[in-house]
Amino acid sequence: MKIAVLLKQTPDTETKIKIKSDASGVDETDIKWIINTYDEYAVEEALRLKEAVGTGEVVIVTAGIKRAVESMRQALAMGADRGILIDTEGLTLDSYTAAVILAKVLPNEKFDIVLAGKQAVDDDCVQVAHGVATLLDWPCVWPIEHIELSGDKKSVMVVRPVSGGTKEVFEVGLPTILCCDKGEHDPRYASLPGIMKAKTKPIQELKAADLLAGETPKVKWVNFSLPPDRQAGKILKGEPEQVCAELVKLLREEAKVI
Amino acid sequence: MGDVLIIAEYEGGKLKGYSRELASKAVELATQAGGKAQGVVVGKNVAQAAEELGQFGIAKATAIEGVDLEPYRGEAYTKVLFELIQKIKPQIVLASASNLGKDVLPRLAMKCKGGLATDCIDLKIEGGKLKAKRPIFAGKALVDVDFLSDIQFATARPNSFATKVVDASKKAEVEKVQASVGELRVKVKEVKEAEKGLKDLTEAEIIVAGGRALGSNENFKIIRELAEVLGATVGASRAAVDAGYISHDHQVGQTGKTVNPKLYIACGISGAIQHLAGMRTSKVIVAINKDPEAPIFSKADYGIVGDLFTLLPILTRKFKELLGK
Repeated sequence: MKIAVLLKQTPDTETKIKIKSDASGVDETDIKWIINTYDEYAVEEALRLKEAVGTGEVVIVTAGIKRAVESMRQALAMGADRGILIDTEGLTLDSYTAAVILAKVLPNEKFDIVLAGKQAVDDDCVQVAHGVATLLDWPCVWPIEHIELSGDKKSVMVVRPVSGGTKEVFEVGLPTILCCDKGEHDPRYASLPGIMKAKTKPIQELKAADLLAGETPKVKWVNFSLPPDRQAGKILKGEPEQVCAELVKLLREEAKVI
Repeated sequence: MGDVLIIAEYEGGKLKGYSRELASKAVELATQAGGKAQGVVVGKNVAQAAEELGQFGIAKATAIEGVDLEPYRGEAYTKVLFELIQKIKPQIVLASASNLGKDVLPRLAMKCKGGLATDCIDLKIEGGKLKAKRPIFAGKALVDVDFLSDIQFATARPNSFATKVVDASKKAEVEKVQASVGELRVKVKEVKEAEKGLKDLTEAEIIVAGGRALGSNENFKIIRELAEVLGATVGASRAAVDAGYISHDHQVGQTGKTVNPKLYIACGISGAIQHLAGMRTSKVIVAINKDPEAPIFSKADYGIVGDLFTLLPILTRKFKELLGK
């Protein structure tokens, strides 16, 4: 069983976002970088699939700058076997070009399953995994919260949560791309021996520029800004009966939302 | 050039609220772009929903019907919608940032080699092309998206635009297309229906959310009771989800869902930065918390400092009286 995890390095979700003074992007000073939260679930599921089969390989595939190696090493410390870094230094990629370069690299490896997070917690685009699946013409399920390999190891059973709490259960033949939501498994912590081993696990480096083959971005992001700050409103004071009655009245008559 | 296609959704044979809202926006954009707005509805028996688009000023719509087109299936919808796009050649393709739109537009955009802006809160025409504004970092920041491709795709966040009925009696001229997509590679084994057809958090107009202060799974009952009276969806903070009081599909915030309701009632939620990011665009925020220093109060339109176990049952009763339930 050969499994790839598409892993992106993102700012920690605790980060207070600051914008550069010329509005050209996010100010990256003081940002703590982590494995994208949903990609970490994907790493955990990949390791569990490999463990269930007993043999195989989990490969971390990242499009990013050198800084991302640190997050890749964390995934290797959790138990992944090796990494492929597609170095994007000097390039501005959009979801389209990111999908293009990933779709160039993945076929060389003959993966059975490609796992990704359901979205990246920085750009929130929800596009790259779908884009890769479309380019490779692989089936893709977004999002999923449970994966199980079939007895003959030729397909997987996945659970997809949909609006309002309904769950759909699908069977998908391999190869496939699956986009992980938070499921029942918390990502494992790296053990100390795991961290030591990760230091020597191989990370192959490729250049994104060599893979683009003339493809260019389809969108350009400009004018980054912060949302208008909300002002604190009224604090209602008094006995419970009285404040509740006042709140109901305000929501109907002043805010007009009830 | 200049035509705008919207992928509309339906429920119980009628257009969904967010599709009505998007239809109004599509008409406005098409006028600015010098083209026409068109609609498409995919599913079973969707002609009536497609006709409804006429109320918002859309003259023509396509109803793509087939036995295997309900419920939504990514592979099937991509196939039939890609065929339609190739046929009518719109400049702009819009969908809502719903479960359907978030899954199908990335596939269509890639097949058409077009740019895509997801979960947009503003859409306009600039220099003949679509220009979008969208939140990033779950709403901690915003960015404008310029399109470089000839065909432009966007999904719109529900509750972002005003619904404008131009003529309530007007019906769109509907072309029916029968489609059969054949065998899909993603095979349905089972569908476990939710107990009640509650709206997803991302589509909800009212959300009642609980935090760690609820203290247990059973105590979430008082949140559910208030939500039921208001026809609201139940939300939760990450702390409440991590504590096991409620499942992750209720989580609001940067590692949960970004929501945009007209009313958000936060109960026993202190207001961590990830949570505030996910609900800050709510039209009206109510905070109920016993800690007067809780950060949530700095974002709330109305706040009550007090014990939620005392306040919520009273509030539920008062709303019941008001709404005659």
